[in-house]
Amino acid sequence: MYKVVIGLEVHCEVKTVSKNFSSSPNNYSTIPNINVSTVDLGLPGILPVVNEEACRKALKTAMALNCQNPDEIIFDRKNYFYPDLPKGYQITQVTKPMGRNGYLDIFVDDYVKRVDIHQLHLEEDTASLDHYEKYSLIDYNRSGIPLMEIVTEPCISSSDEAISFLEALRSVFIYCGVSDARSDMGQMRCDVNISLMEEDSKVLGTKVEMKNINSFNNVKLAIEYEIERQSKLLDKGEKVVQETRRIAEDGKTYPMRKKVDAVDYKYFIEPNLPPVKLSDEYLEEIRKKIPRLQYERVIDYTENMGISKEEALILVKSREIADYFESASKVCKNYKEVARWVITLVLASLNKLEIELDEFFLTPKMLGEVINVVLDDKLSEDNAKKIIYKAIEQKIDPIEIIKKENISRIDDDESVRKFVIEAIVENPEQVRQYLEEEKDYVKNYFVGKVMQKSNRQANPTKALEIIIEELEKRR
Amino acid sequence: MDILSLRKKLDSGEVSSEDLFIESNKLAHQYQDEYNSFVTIIDKYKMKNRKDTLITGIPYALKDNFSTSGILTTASSNILKDYVPVYDATVYKKLKNAGGVLIGKTVLDELAMGGTGTTGHTGVVRNPWDKERLIGGSSAGSCACVALGIVPFSIGSDTGDSIRKPASFGGVVGFKPTYGRISRYGLFAFASSLDHVGCFTTCVRDAAIVTDILKGRDPLDMTSLEDDGKIYSDCIDKDVKGKKLFYFKEACNLDVYKDSDDEELIESLEKFQETIEECRKIGLEVSEVSFDKELLNAIYPAYMTISCAEATSNNANLTGIQFGPRGEGNSVDEIMFDARTKGFSELIKRRFILGSYILQKENQEKLYLNACRVRRLIVDKMNELFEKYDGLIMPASGGIAPKFGEKTDQLSDRYLILENHLAIANFGGFPSITIPSGKVKGMPIAINITGRIMEDDVVLNIANKIEEKIGRLERGE
Repeated sequence: MYKVVIGLEVHCEVKTVSKNFSSSPNNYSTIPNINVSTVDLGLPGILPVVNEEACRKALKTAMALNCQNPDEIIFDRKNYFYPDLPKGYQITQVTKPMGRNGYLDIFVDDYVKRVDIHQLHLEEDTASLDHYEKYSLIDYNRSGIPLMEIVTEPCISSSDEAISFLEALRSVFIYCGVSDARSDMGQMRCDVNISLMEEDSKVLGTKVEMKNINSFNNVKLAIEYEIERQSKLLDKGEKVVQETRRIAEDGKTYPMRKKVDAVDYKYFIEPNLPPVKLSDEYLEEIRKKIPRLQYERVIDYTENMGISKEEALILVKSREIADYFESASKVCKNYKEVARWVITLVLASLNKLEIELDEFFLTPKMLGEVINVVLDDKLSEDNAKKIIYKAIEQKIDPIEIIKKENISRIDDDESVRKFVIEAIVENPEQVRQYLEEEKDYVKNYFVGKVMQKSNRQANPTKALEIIIEELEKRR
Repeated sequence: MDILSLRKKLDSGEVSSEDLFIESNKLAHQYQDEYNSFVTIIDKYKMKNRKDTLITGIPYALKDNFSTSGILTTASSNILKDYVPVYDATVYKKLKNAGGVLIGKTVLDELAMGGTGTTGHTGVVRNPWDKERLIGGSSAGSCACVALGIVPFSIGSDTGDSIRKPASFGGVVGFKPTYGRISRYGLFAFASSLDHVGCFTTCVRDAAIVTDILKGRDPLDMTSLEDDGKIYSDCIDKDVKGKKLFYFKEACNLDVYKDSDDEELIESLEKFQETIEECRKIGLEVSEVSFDKELLNAIYPAYMTISCAEATSNNANLTGIQFGPRGEGNSVDEIMFDARTKGFSELIKRRFILGSYILQKENQEKLYLNACRVRRLIVDKMNELFEKYDGLIMPASGGIAPKFGEKTDQLSDRYLILENHLAIANFGGFPSITIPSGKVKGMPIAINITGRIMEDDVVLNIANKIEEKIGRLERGE
């Protein structure tokens, strides 16, 4: 057995109206080269203009990852030649990244892990290349799209931890509203660095790098394959080669290029973007807009609200659902019940109706109020659900339906007894059968009658009690 | 003829804008073979905007490193020899909107790197005062076409002295305002932190008039400045009595050169002292100030280091992939390599290799970052002096325009300081103007005035009053 050491570099496109340094739209499009300006093409004489929204979102994410922010925003140039890089350099951040020395606490199966974040910086995406047999095509739509890069410390030790981290990180992006983080649109991509070392060793093993993995599942496959491959090599006493590998469709990794020397990117400070000082007020404004994140909510739900971890994890999967649950919990104080209703009724309905929460008619307040009625034993759960479905269909507040149709459980002795006596008086034959022929089942006949008379609102348990009592009186 | 004289003729109806264009166009063609000012001469008169400004209807020329939509823009380099831009530089847009009439794109040293006007892909530019001499660069054609009287003004760019040095050799006024005063959007970048846009004119007033049109904040250039709300051409007639100027003892005091047999240098410095006497007559207080010889000697190496580093990166877009001649080869690397090998002259490749070397991880601290520190030290020292003085007055050059092929001792005092001090204004972004101050051996010499950052109006004011006192230089045919 070897100790596995994994570091991740995650790229995530930032959701903004325009690109990072030009005014072209930041939109995903399958039509090539339509979101392109002179700046994105790197034509002679162009100058970058920084997108403040992208900076704000990168700073916000850095804060959410508990990073330290810089005192000013500056950018650097990373110089290298490649056809997807029209200027011949990429504007990025080396000197003063948006965040440094942060961490993210995550749940892995049955334990909590703190993943240390080395840094978060803002840069521009490159163009995308389509390779054909004899030529390649360049699509500049992606050129200049704002991109955050999050680099972890090499502190991850399994594929489970890596996947849990990526999922938690994605939820930070989505909770903070900085990105949709959709892997299928290439909005979230990941480089994996992995090395193995002897259990008791203090020296890191040889690092293998896997670049641009675009799905979490492939990250998992790549890590697991590499652990196996590198373990076998080490078992045989062979050396792991320092190289870049790629993951293929068969789930195996294959060598891409040997790493002879690290490329020298000749970084220097971008002279066209003057430094912008960050005031405490400015940073505080941004900090205020960070919502409570997944981890914090799970801790709150389980420790303070008595909700199971499984349910808590379901609730926090989306920020909207978690917010919904919390709002409903302000109306109904039986949090466990609220959680159960949100999971069984709300999530199921959204699924069935194939809609998003913002299109869902039932507000958290409505749900909380209906649960309260049920909990007061004034309405059966079955009926409550029927009313809610009706409310959704007709877009009427369910409480209004309950009031209008006078539907609420008839529960007090006096009212139920009134129905019982009426039924007994109207059915002397059945009374006789009960008293003289010992036909016990007759009492159920009376329950039916009472329900009929009460418009199905009498409490059936209570009705049965009173029926027996009244019948026995007549013996 | 200056802008205001032409304005009068236009306004009185004595001439039309088209007449002026035809005259300019004729002269441009007439002088082209001899002096080679232009890469492109525009033959069709086009005048869209009838906006009423001082330059409406007046012909001008643009250095061929400003992006002009639909008009060939080569930066005098083979790699861009067929490049037709799809967008307009902000300065070109402003001049068009003001009604200026573009008559041509002028030759520069390839990619604006160089100070001789001899390295453009279409050949050398010659000095209108003496065809055997160079005009200086890199804004060579822009200087020559004003010196030849083809246009009353032209636009150039200035990274180390690329406007102000040729202005001195060509006997015209060359002005570069404060860094950021004029947008760089659309100027093909050489060294972004040093690049300035400026102009050549026949008099200081015209430099103010042209700058009034060009200045102002441009949302496309984040380093551009908010407009200062001043009209420079209205600020230049103020009394300058009591304004304080200084010059560097280490470079201008004749005692420094007492062992020198450089007659041209001695005569130039004597003339400089005469000019200073004239300045004193209009109430300017001029003092000799000791700077720091070490720092002055470091100007040139610091400038070369920073500019080459930035230039390497700025020109990395010239790969023949997005535009320009596509190279040949079996891989992308080979294709880009081939395009750049064929597209650049040896001189340019040398600068790129230097720049790349300077930026390498193992050299960056010692070369690039130290050069940046020297730059900072020089600027700090200047700002310190500017607390006491309103401006620096210096000979713009150590002498007259050199002959083609003339060798200079690049490590001499004359060369290191007198030929290179103009870069100080680029280091600090200071406004700086060169105005003709007389002749040596029948060739023009000039003084340069550099002022505090943002005080473009003060620099123009002082220069204008000196020009009034010593008179404009007329080119004898």
